[in-house]
Amino acid sequence: MALLEISDLSVRFGQFRAVSGVDMTVDAGEIVGVVGESGSGKSVTSLAVMGLITEPGKVSAGAMRFDGRDLLAMPARERRRLLGRDIAMIFQEPMTSLNPSYTVGFQIEEVLAVHGAGNRRQRRERAVELLELVGIPDAGRRLSAYPHQLSGGMNQRVMIAMSVALDPRLLIADEPTTALDVTIQAQILRLLVELQRRKGMGLVFITHDLGVLAEIADRVIVMYAGEVVETAATADLFTTPRHPYTAALLDALPDRALATAAADGRRGRLPAIPGIVPGPFDRPAGCLLQPRCRFADDRCVTEHPMLHPLHPGAARCHRPLGADGLPAGEIGRVA
Amino acid sequence: MTTTTDSAGTGHHPSPLAAFWRDFRRNRGALGGLVFIVIVALAALLAPVVAPHLPDVQDRNAFLVPPVWVAGGDWRYILGTDDVGRDILSRIIWGARLSLSIGAIVVTLSLAIGVLLGLLAGFLGGLFDQGIMRLMDVLMALPSLLLAVAIVAVLGPSLANAMIAIAIVVLPHYVRLTRATVLTELAKDYVTASRIAGAGLWRMMVIVVLPNCLAPLIVQASLGFSSAILDAAALGFLGLGAQPPTPEWGTMLADAKKFVQSGQWWVVTFPGLAILLTVLAFNLLGDGLRDALDPKLKER
Amino acid sequence: MLRYIASRLLVLVPTVLGIVLLAFFLVRQLHGDAVEARSGERGITAEQLAERRHALGLDRPLYEQFGAYLGQLMQGDLGKSYVTQRPVIDEFLELFPATIELSIVAMIFAVVIGLPAGILAALTRGSVLDHGVMGAALAGYSMPIFWWAILLIVLFSNILGLTPVSGRLDVLYYIEPTTGFMLIDTLLSDEPESFWSALRHLILPSVVLGTIPLAVIARMTRSAMLEVLGEDYIRTARAKGLSPFRVVWVHALRNALIPVITVIGLQVGTLLAGAVLTETIFSWPGVGKWLIDAIGRRDFPAVQGGILLIAVTIIAVNLAVDLLYGLINPRIRHQK
Repeated sequence: MALLEISDLSVRFGQFRAVSGVDMTVDAGEIVGVVGESGSGKSVTSLAVMGLITEPGKVSAGAMRFDGRDLLAMPARERRRLLGRDIAMIFQEPMTSLNPSYTVGFQIEEVLAVHGAGNRRQRRERAVELLELVGIPDAGRRLSAYPHQLSGGMNQRVMIAMSVALDPRLLIADEPTTALDVTIQAQILRLLVELQRRKGMGLVFITHDLGVLAEIADRVIVMYAGEVVETAATADLFTTPRHPYTAALLDALPDRALATAAADGRRGRLPAIPGIVPGPFDRPAGCLLQPRCRFADDRCVTEHPMLHPLHPGAARCHRPLGADGLPAGEIGRVA
Repeated sequence: MTTTTDSAGTGHHPSPLAAFWRDFRRNRGALGGLVFIVIVALAALLAPVVAPHLPDVQDRNAFLVPPVWVAGGDWRYILGTDDVGRDILSRIIWGARLSLSIGAIVVTLSLAIGVLLGLLAGFLGGLFDQGIMRLMDVLMALPSLLLAVAIVAVLGPSLANAMIAIAIVVLPHYVRLTRATVLTELAKDYVTASRIAGAGLWRMMVIVVLPNCLAPLIVQASLGFSSAILDAAALGFLGLGAQPPTPEWGTMLADAKKFVQSGQWWVVTFPGLAILLTVLAFNLLGDGLRDALDPKLKER
Repeated sequence: MLRYIASRLLVLVPTVLGIVLLAFFLVRQLHGDAVEARSGERGITAEQLAERRHALGLDRPLYEQFGAYLGQLMQGDLGKSYVTQRPVIDEFLELFPATIELSIVAMIFAVVIGLPAGILAALTRGSVLDHGVMGAALAGYSMPIFWWAILLIVLFSNILGLTPVSGRLDVLYYIEPTTGFMLIDTLLSDEPESFWSALRHLILPSVVLGTIPLAVIARMTRSAMLEVLGEDYIRTARAKGLSPFRVVWVHALRNALIPVITVIGLQVGTLLAGAVLTETIFSWPGVGKWLIDAIGRRDFPAVQGGILLIAVTIIAVNLAVDLLYGLINPRIRHQK
C-alpha cells in the first residue's frame, strides 16, 4: 500500500483552477520529485495534501489517502494530529517561515509539546539533539536565538529539524533550497537526502530545477499549468522524455545544453521555452502547452489531451515523443 | 528560465481605469458615500432653491417647533425650529455650503502647500529638507485639534482662522507623502536618465514624480475632507470657529447644548447627524479609493 | 537596550526644541497683541506702552528673549496665570490627574473592546459580524464626539437616569485629594461608598473619549491580524498541526500586536485632544477644560504653558510606546 495516494485532485480559487486532475502516489522510503515552472500548481498540490488551502480555495479529489486513511473524510482535529507528526513540510522561504517573535527553541519544542512528546526537560534535550542532527554548531545556545539572528541556511536547518522532530513518515519539501546560496543549497540537499535514507521517510521534493532531481529522485512528476503532464522513473525521464514540455525543460538545463553544443561543435544560446504559463485569463481551449509547443497540430488546438500511459510512465500529449526526441511521423524539423 | 512575451497579448486583462472602476463599484460602502456626497453637494449648491427658508429668518410664532412626525409638528418646518424660530432643515442645508467649502478650501490649501514643500524638500535635500521635516515633526507631535486650538488662540476665533489652523495641522501628511515618493522615485534609473537627458528641475518634479504619488494623495485628500469638516465643527462647537448666528453645523450644536436637558432633542440631533453622515461618507469614499487605487491593499 | 533608549531620546531633542520655539513665538505674539490692544485704551501714553513692553521684555533682542524664556523653562517656570496669579505649572499639575484618570479609563475601554472586536472581525473576515464591526468602527471614527456626548447624556442621564451629567463626584461627598485620581482617593477616604459615585461619573466621559481610539484600534487590529494571518510562519504553524486557536492566539496575535501597540500609543495624542472637547461638555475639571477656559479668558501664560505641557506629555508617552515596542519586538530589541 502506498504511503500517500492521491487521485484526481483539483484545487479551485474562484473560477481559476490552480490544480486539476492530479494523481500522485508516494511509497515509504521513496523520493518523488515534482517539477514545474512557477504557477504550475506544484506548491498548491502539496498544500492541498497538508490541508493548508484556505478560503477561497476549494479542494476536491477522487481520493486522498495517507497510509490508507482518507484525509478528506477525517475530522479536522484528527487530520491536524497527523500534521507535524506523520506528515511534515518544509517551505521555500526560511527567513519568513519561522515566527519572528519566538526563539527557534520555542518553535521546535512547540511541535513536540503539541503532539504530546515528553516533558519540558525531555523536549529541550530533544531540541538540542535535533539541532545537532541538522548540523547546527553550538546547538544548546542556538535554541534561544530568534530567527532574524540566524542566516537563511541556518533557518532552513531549523525548519528541517522542526519537521523531522517526530520522525514523520512523509516529508514534503517545497523548494527548500531555492532561496539559499548555491553552496548552502548543496549542503541542505545532502542533509535532506541523508535524513530521508536514515529514517526511511517518503519524501516529496518540489523544485523548478530538474537537475536537482536527477541526483536524488526515484520518480519525477512534471507539472504544467496545474496538470501533471508527464510522470516516469527518473532515469527514463531523463533519457527519453515523452512530453515536449519535459523535453524542453531538459534542453534548458545548462549541462545538457553544453553537451549538445559540444556535440554540434558550436556554442549556442541556452535554449528557452518561448512564452509563459497561461494565467487565469488566457488558458487555451485544447492542450495547455499548445501555444508554446513546436509540435502542436490542429488536434492540440481543439482537444484537451488525457494522461496516456506509455510504458514506462505516462504523458499528457496527443503526439508523445519517441526515442528520437520527435513525435511519431514528424520528420526532423528542428527549429 | 528565460521567457519571451510574444504569446502574452492574447488575454483579456482589464484596463487599469476599468479595473479601478470595477473595484470601486464593488465596494458598496464607497459608492454609497459618493452618492451621499453628491446629494449633499447639490443641496449645498442649490441651497437658495432647495432650502425652504433663509438660514437666519426667525419666526416669532414658531419657537422650538418639533419635527413634522412628532405631535405639534408643522409642515413648514420639517425638522422643527430652534429657540429663536429658525428652520433647522434650512440651516442644515445652508450649513452644508459652509462645511463643504471648509473641506474644499482646507484640502486645496494644504494639498497645494504640502505637495510643494514635499517636492522641494525631496529635490533640494540638505538643510532645507532638514528644516521642513523637523517642522513637520513638531506639527505631528501635537494632536490636530489641540494644535488647531493653539493656532486659533493666537489668530483669534473666526471661521477663516479655524480653516487656516486646520490646513496647517494636516500639512505634514501631504509633505511626508510627497517627499517619500520623491525620494523613492529619485533613486530609480529612469529619473537619472531624464536628468542626464537634461530635464529641468520643475519638469522633473511635475512630470516625473507627481504622477507617482497621485494615488495616495487622492486618498489622503478625500480623508482630509472628512477631518477638516470634523475639526471645523469641533472648533465651532468650542466657540473657536464660525461664530453664531452662522449656520455652521458645529456652531449650531454649541447653541443647542442648553436644550439637552429640556427635551427638545431635534435641535441637537439633526446638525450632529449631518456632521456624522457627511464625515462618514467621505471616510467611506476614502477607504474605497484606497482599496481600488492601492493594489497592495486590494485583497484586504 | 540602553543605547536604543538613548538614540530614541536624541531624536526627540529637535522636536521638543521646535515645540518650545513654537510656544515662545506663541506667547510673544499674544503678549504683543495684548500690548497693542491696550494702545487703543483711553489715557494710555506712549511712555506707559513702552514701559509695559519693557516689563514683558519685548524690547530686548529676539535671541535674548528666547534665552531668557529657555532659562525660565529649565527652572520649571511657565509664568503666572493672568487670572488667578498662580504659577501655571501648579494649576496644570493640580488638574492633570483628572485628565489622566479620564484618559486611562477611556483607553482601557477602547482597548478592551477594540482589540477583541478587531480580532473577531479578522477571523470572520467577510461575514456579517466583520461587516458589522467594521461599519460600527467607521461610524465611530467619523463621530463628532461632542455630539455623541450630547446623545449619550440625553439617553443615559435624562431618559434612563443612570449616570450623572457633569463633574467627578456627587456634591454630597468631599474627598481630600491625595493621589488626584478620584477612583483611588475615594477608596482611601473614610467614605469608600463614594467610589461608586466617582465611577458613575467616569462612565459617560470615558465612553465618549474612548470612542475614536476604539474605532481606530479595532480597524488596525483587524488589518494587522489579516496581514499576519497571511504570513509564511502562520502556514508553518498550521503545518505543525497546531490548533486554529493556538495559531491565532500564540503565533498571530503576538506579531499583530506590534503595529497595534504603536497605534495605541499614537491614540494618546488623540485622547488628550479629545479631552478638550469631552471635559468641556462634561464639566470635567481637567487640563482640557482649563485650556479652553483660559483661551476664553485670554489668559495667555496659561494657554502657552498648557499647550507646551500637553505636547511634552504626548511626546513622553510616544517615547514610552516606542520602548515598549522594542520590548515585544525582538527584531528591534537586538538592533544594538
